[in-house]
Amino acid sequence: MNAAEFVRQAKSGKIDPVKNTKKFLEESKKIDSDYHYFLKFNEDAPKQAKELKKGRLYGLPVSVKDCICVKGLESRAGSKILEGYEPVFDAAAIEKIKAEGGVIVGKTAQDVFGFGSFNVNVGIGYKVPKNPFDKTRATGGSSGGAAGMVQKSELPHIAISESTGGSIAAPACYCGVYGMTPTYGRVSRYGLMDYANSMDKIGVMAKDIEDVALVMEIISGYDERDSTSKDLPAEKYTEKSDSRFRVAVVKESLGKGVEQDVKKNLIAKLGKLKYEEVSLPLTFRYGIQAYYLISLSEASTNLAKYCGMRYGKHEKLEGNFNEYFSGVRSKNFSKEEKRRIILGTFARMSGFRDAFYMKALQVRTKIIEEYRQHFRKYDIVVTPAMPNIAPKFSEIDKMTPLENYMMDIMTVGPNLAGFPHLSMPSGFSKGMPTGMLIIADHFQEKKIIDFARSLK
Amino acid sequence: MEVDKELLKHVAEVARLELTEKEIREFLPQLKEIIEAFSEIQKVDTKNTRPSYHPVELKNHVREDRAASCLTNEDALKNTEHRKDGYFRGPRIL
Repeated sequence: MNAAEFVRQAKSGKIDPVKNTKKFLEESKKIDSDYHYFLKFNEDAPKQAKELKKGRLYGLPVSVKDCICVKGLESRAGSKILEGYEPVFDAAAIEKIKAEGGVIVGKTAQDVFGFGSFNVNVGIGYKVPKNPFDKTRATGGSSGGAAGMVQKSELPHIAISESTGGSIAAPACYCGVYGMTPTYGRVSRYGLMDYANSMDKIGVMAKDIEDVALVMEIISGYDERDSTSKDLPAEKYTEKSDSRFRVAVVKESLGKGVEQDVKKNLIAKLGKLKYEEVSLPLTFRYGIQAYYLISLSEASTNLAKYCGMRYGKHEKLEGNFNEYFSGVRSKNFSKEEKRRIILGTFARMSGFRDAFYMKALQVRTKIIEEYRQHFRKYDIVVTPAMPNIAPKFSEIDKMTPLENYMMDIMTVGPNLAGFPHLSMPSGFSKGMPTGMLIIADHFQEKKIIDFARSLK
Repeated sequence: MEVDKELLKHVAEVARLELTEKEIREFLPQLKEIIEAFSEIQKVDTKNTRPSYHPVELKNHVREDRAASCLTNEDALKNTEHRKDGYFRGPRIL
């Protein structure tokens, strides 16, 4: 049953939202004890389900990635440094979900502040989520809890998540669900805890493309509280259009290092559809470097505010400013948080700034133009969502941090350039899902959704 | 450019992080490898290319100059353990 059908039944009285919410929480807790998809359950959800607006999400369970603020519900962005923080306001996307009668059921697990491709970079003392198809494998990151729960839940449910460099597409691919990352500026970032503010985007994960369309229609739109929000009305994603699509597949994305079944499944999914091959040499050669240099530079300033004074973890007020702040940060940031803050600080420092940070911003301009030349000719550009199936934890343990970063080769391009993209299941390999990435020009989410419908 | 222990300790200090000797031993070779790989980006010819601070064209949004509600003092202090007389209490400056 998809979300629209669930809402129809709830509105007609066939489904009781309160009973359904209780059932969902019970099911989630059972799953969570084995798979670790939640960081916090909303125990007030059944009570809240008694007083819902009869909107387009009436009674539907909605999970929220931990980095998105929900009023009164502990929100930590997966990090120990924010332990105990209870936002006093809802993120803009959450206001809209609530206004349509959605029930917030809890906060889902993630890599700290979105820092990871596999959701193994969890906060100090937190558990790593496991893949719903094979517990010895990763869910993908950083929105691992969201993707795992969407796949594993037997009950209708959608997940609000977030991507900076691939944090929706990667876990959606590894867990075999749909994951939509909208254009930068399409969905308000108000109430989202920053990783890299020039790339962060709130999106959605679901089992059904129609659920993606419905939720995207609800959460999109201009918000004056986000200075980077685009002044464009939300489109009617739920209205189907019978379009013909001019499609291109990226040559480099089917090259060395990509598993055979991933390539085979992608071509099979396109079926008899006519497509041409295009090339994105700069993106595939320098996209990772540009993405990490910009995102880590921004992250290193964004995380400066976590210093044990206003929210999150506090320590006894001892020593001077620098000693106190350094103490709180050193004690509560995990290794990956420290590594990324150091790298970002390095890239912005006097003497290195022009060679790294500024250079990466210029390369971003060239990468945007590289995609743009193809969008003048094609509606849709396709690549695999990830080059492989979800890796085993034992394989991830052997990777160096650099090898980890290189895994984002498919997803950093559209994220760096702000293009909307959808990770869609393309088939299976060794019992594990594979995925394809459907990319379009800025603010062309409707084309992506219609194209995915045509492949379903 | 030499990425050595002194540079790592300096960058960490700027970022308000105290690294243990164990962390320095672990991070140093990792950072060397990452920075070397990232340095590859300098091969791209970016002459006459403007930087993209954002991926999409943005205009300044100027709102009307009108009074609006904002965070209350109580809400602003709700999540801190260190408060005094309606203010945040911080560590000493001197």
